[in-house]
Amino acid sequence: MVRKGAICAEGIVDNADVNEKGWVLINDLIGALVVMLGVLFVVLTMIAYLTYLERKVLGFMQDRLGPMEVGPWGLLQPLADGIKLLSKEDIIPSEANRAIFRIAPVISLVPAILAFSVIPFGHDSFGFQGVTLHPYIADVNVGILVILALSSIGAYGILLGGWASNSKYSILGALRSAAQVISYELTAGMSVIGVLILSGSMSLVKIEDAQSGGFWHWYIFPQIVAFVIYLISGIAETNRTPFDLPEAESELVAGFFTEYSGMRFSLYYLAEYANMIIVSSVATILFLGGWNPPLPSLGFIPPVIWFLLKVYFFLFFFFWIRATLPRLRYDQLMRFGWKIMLPVSFANIIVTGIAAYFLER
Amino acid sequence: MIQQLPFIYFGGMALVCAILVVVSRIAIYSAMALLGMFVHVAGLFILLDAPFLAGVQLLVYAGAILVLYLFVVMLLNVHGRGPILQRQTPWAIILTLLAAGEMGYLVLKSHFYPKLPAIPHPSVPTLGNTETIGMVLYTQYLFPFEVASVVLLIALVGAIVMARGRGGVSQG
Repeated sequence: MVRKGAICAEGIVDNADVNEKGWVLINDLIGALVVMLGVLFVVLTMIAYLTYLERKVLGFMQDRLGPMEVGPWGLLQPLADGIKLLSKEDIIPSEANRAIFRIAPVISLVPAILAFSVIPFGHDSFGFQGVTLHPYIADVNVGILVILALSSIGAYGILLGGWASNSKYSILGALRSAAQVISYELTAGMSVIGVLILSGSMSLVKIEDAQSGGFWHWYIFPQIVAFVIYLISGIAETNRTPFDLPEAESELVAGFFTEYSGMRFSLYYLAEYANMIIVSSVATILFLGGWNPPLPSLGFIPPVIWFLLKVYFFLFFFFWIRATLPRLRYDQLMRFGWKIMLPVSFANIIVTGIAAYFLER
Repeated sequence: MIQQLPFIYFGGMALVCAILVVVSRIAIYSAMALLGMFVHVAGLFILLDAPFLAGVQLLVYAGAILVLYLFVVMLLNVHGRGPILQRQTPWAIILTLLAAGEMGYLVLKSHFYPKLPAIPHPSVPTLGNTETIGMVLYTQYLFPFEVASVVLLIALVGAIVMARGRGGVSQG
């Protein structure tokens, strides 16, 4: 399916002279810039308020109120936290490798933010004075690969930060994290393949389009195994409880960011939350139909709302798991990843492939 | 010229990073330079209209293989303090001359023969990039593909035998 904006843009280019062509280009550029700034603003705000939401949800689950002091119901807490972190001293250990110590948090955060460029937040693109605004920054035809590749690059931030700190706890945390990310990235990638077989495309927009028309078209039903595997791998990849061994405070103080303080510490923190939103968005797009409403009659609610509702459901699930489950032991984590998750995801690919082959004839 | 700027950037940076890999005295810096090279080679693939290859390049080389390199370097705590070339100087000279000769031959050849087009092969755009690679891999090049996977399997089995062979006792 071709997007509406693309059709009209091509139409104009075909019958226009050079001058109008130039205007179309400039309009496209403006549209892309507006969407980029919008996505960046929304995502950064979402990340900031996710910290607030997590503290609130954890608070309610543990029968307390969470942050209440700054602003009504503590709503300005993220702002206060931000000011505090920005004005804190930036300490670099004397024996650390300064250059890598400084750049590692950035390597961690940038791929996490970049991954938002291929996530479609909604369905309709709308035009305003010739400027078309798409609900995504780019519809890449290998969108899911881009997200997987970027999330694997984020591991470098953790590894390098742990190494450059020149501290036992940091390097142990970093090594644990690298081993964990490699193991679970593999299962995450494998679980995605079932969906790719069914939708016949790697573009996130096309995968969403293939699931339109009611919740019984969603891939969570034929791909329930892949869904569970993806969710577990996603939690493991973002280093959240019960897979937060890289930052297990009872053994490693804080793991790879033990030596970090101030804004550099918060960059790691932001990267973790950005990755949580990415994993939730991808789970929404691949398995819950993305922006598609569960029933066609509910189509009057805008697609963006549906998308955000599903994403926040997964984010709530992250918090819920954190409040409920204890941490795994390291050998349990590895054994579970390689001896259970990987074979099951392989089996899922084979079964899906055979079923798709016979059902389509 | 202006269309070639991205190519010059990606190709040039890939070259610079590749040289840094060899020249750096600290193993971590070499690994980082290698990461830079992988990213820029992925950029070259995108310029060639092969986004699938670019994604796989990042996912496999940058995301898995290089992380394992870094892992080993950090665990062993390697300090490169010796001279860059140790016993391999004659071999290095011979191999460099050979590689330079090959490259020179290719450059001369492309100088006299009609140049290869900078755009992708015309059969590519009809199908998606991913589908095309899949079709070619599983029909035309099926045998080499399977041979490659058997070689990888042998390497895996060999690694396990070497890791377990010494004591003969498995840890369960």
